[in-house]
Amino acid sequence: MTQSERTREEQRLTGVSRDRREGRRDAGRPPAGDNGTLGMKIQDLSAFYGGFKAVTDVSMDIRANKVTALIGPSGCGKSTYIRCLNRMHEVIPGARAEGSVTLGDQDIYAKGSDPVVIRRRVGMVFQKPNPFSKSIYENVAWGARINGFRGDVDELVERSLRQAALWDEVKDRLKESGYGLSGGQQQRLCIARTLAVEPEVILMDEPASALDPVSTQKIEDTMAELKKSYTVVIVTHNMQQAARISDYTGFFYIVNMGDPGRLWEFDETEKIFSNPERKETEDYVTGRFG
Amino acid sequence: MAVEAGRMRSKEGDWQRNSRGREFKERVIKFLLTACAYLSIFTTIGIVVVLFEETVRFFLDVSIVEFLTSTRWAPNTGDFGVLPLVYGTLMATFIAIAVALPIGLLTAIYLSEYAPRRLRQYLKPALEILAGVPTVVYGYFALTFITPFLGNNLFSDIDSFNAISAGLIMGVMIIPTVASVSEDAIYAVPRSLREGAYALGATKRETATKIVVPAALSGIVAAVILGISRAIGETMIVTIAMGSQANFGGTPLESMQAMTAYIVQVVGGETPRGSAVFGSIFAVGSALFLMTLALNLASYWFVRRFREIY
Ligand SMILES: Nc1ncnc2c1ncn2[C@@H]1O[C@H](COP(=O)(O)OP(=O)(O)O)[C@@H](O)[C@H]1O
Ligand SMILES: [Mg+2]
Repeated sequence: MTQSERTREEQRLTGVSRDRREGRRDAGRPPAGDNGTLGMKIQDLSAFYGGFKAVTDVSMDIRANKVTALIGPSGCGKSTYIRCLNRMHEVIPGARAEGSVTLGDQDIYAKGSDPVVIRRRVGMVFQKPNPFSKSIYENVAWGARINGFRGDVDELVERSLRQAALWDEVKDRLKESGYGLSGGQQQRLCIARTLAVEPEVILMDEPASALDPVSTQKIEDTMAELKKSYTVVIVTHNMQQAARISDYTGFFYIVNMGDPGRLWEFDETEKIFSNPERKETEDYVTGRFG
Repeated sequence: MAVEAGRMRSKEGDWQRNSRGREFKERVIKFLLTACAYLSIFTTIGIVVVLFEETVRFFLDVSIVEFLTSTRWAPNTGDFGVLPLVYGTLMATFIAIAVALPIGLLTAIYLSEYAPRRLRQYLKPALEILAGVPTVVYGYFALTFITPFLGNNLFSDIDSFNAISAGLIMGVMIIPTVASVSEDAIYAVPRSLREGAYALGATKRETATKIVVPAALSGIVAAVILGISRAIGETMIVTIAMGSQANFGGTPLESMQAMTAYIVQVVGGETPRGSAVFGSIFAVGSALFLMTLALNLASYWFVRRFREIY
């Protein structure tokens, strides 16, 4: 590709022309909080599997009611990192994290902070759909119930399924097993069950990577809706997807094999895709490696 | 030896597969394998055929309706109602399952979800070894330890042969089966399902009991049915500890006779071959066979119907 071809390609992907670009920012620094409040603040986060350090020194400000995308080559610690944000990382035997992750005014890694409570406030959707072996209705209602929801469960189930753009497809078969749904529907069911516990932040680890394009489209539509009321962090290997749906983008990178992954650059999505500060980011988003 | 530079292939003569008699060897091995497979199938079929043949002969003398509906079993006076024996078998089985299901399931949940990896590595095989204790030992234990213990501490009017000690010990006998097979099913539930529950703010207990166990349900049911099958077919414990008195409607503290125990009694006694009493053991054997067959079919159906595709 020539330079101008690449520019046009970027513009097509991101819908942002080079003319509209803002002034330069300091490389790797989180964007200033001029638009929106802070959702989560991550400071010097490192994650380990036993003796192996998989992610090192990540600091990131996650804006509330925005979509933050995490991109980067595979194996550079995106999944590990995102799992640290709701204390799911430590579920793996031998895994632990260091640093601080602030949600509201609480450090979720502080002594006495209860992961069970944190995980209700920071929900998670996984790469592979993992519905429970229960009915569609129960899949959605269960999480609310164990968290002591005292309101109208029927209404909550309907609202969550509507938000996940699944209601119309399942409203006549709520009593049937969740396993009977297609992969894309199962994933939207998992989104619905996450919404049903009304978290503040929703983490998604490549939620559409196992799905066909139509289901992917539906999930992207859902996400556009979600950010009206939720803060969303999404890992994706699909650059167009990151460009389409996110407001901020973090690029993870590993310099040498065996090193821990780092947050290489973090900025507004427009900027990451049109005029990144660092060469590796540019190479990655223009598809030159990865 | 140094690798010859530039060589990409071996020499022409390096490949010399011995194909002499290959066809013949293939045929022999196939024949042997087939023969072994059919041998076991035909042996089983042969046994069942003999069993049914003798059963049919018995029913030429004795009404099958009486056999299936009468509640009086007294072969020496010609009363062949099998229900008292079925009652004895089911009573012992029921007590056994009442013991083995909760303990076995809780053991399985502990081993799979709570026990440290290392401990599980040792406990699982230990459990399977426990399943190998000879049942005659369990039988003695019930008779000489459990019954006196119950009589001295709980029920002073207990018979010296009784259903409850036989059932309790039979429960202990099948705990390893129930625990080990359901542990396999529970352990096989993928980690992703557990993580899905944790991510909603579920505790470990909620995840184990409300997500993991239901997901393993078909395997757990199979484990319990396997346990029931073993209890129904179990012979030594009921023969030694439950008694030889057909007893329809008795309490667990009373002596009663199980189907298997009756067969042992007749075979070990002086009953002449060809008599109706001798023929009755085949009828009872057939009934026993049909009961376990039905259970195995139910298990097979259930596992296929409810097997989870994670
Ligand atoms: N359960 C685990 N145990 C040990 N190492 C792991 C585990 N999961 C991931 N890793 C390692 O951590 C690093 C980061 O992995 P991951 O977070 O999955 O990367 P990404 O999601 O960006 O592809 C990799 O080197 C990977 O091999
Ligand atoms: Mg990943």
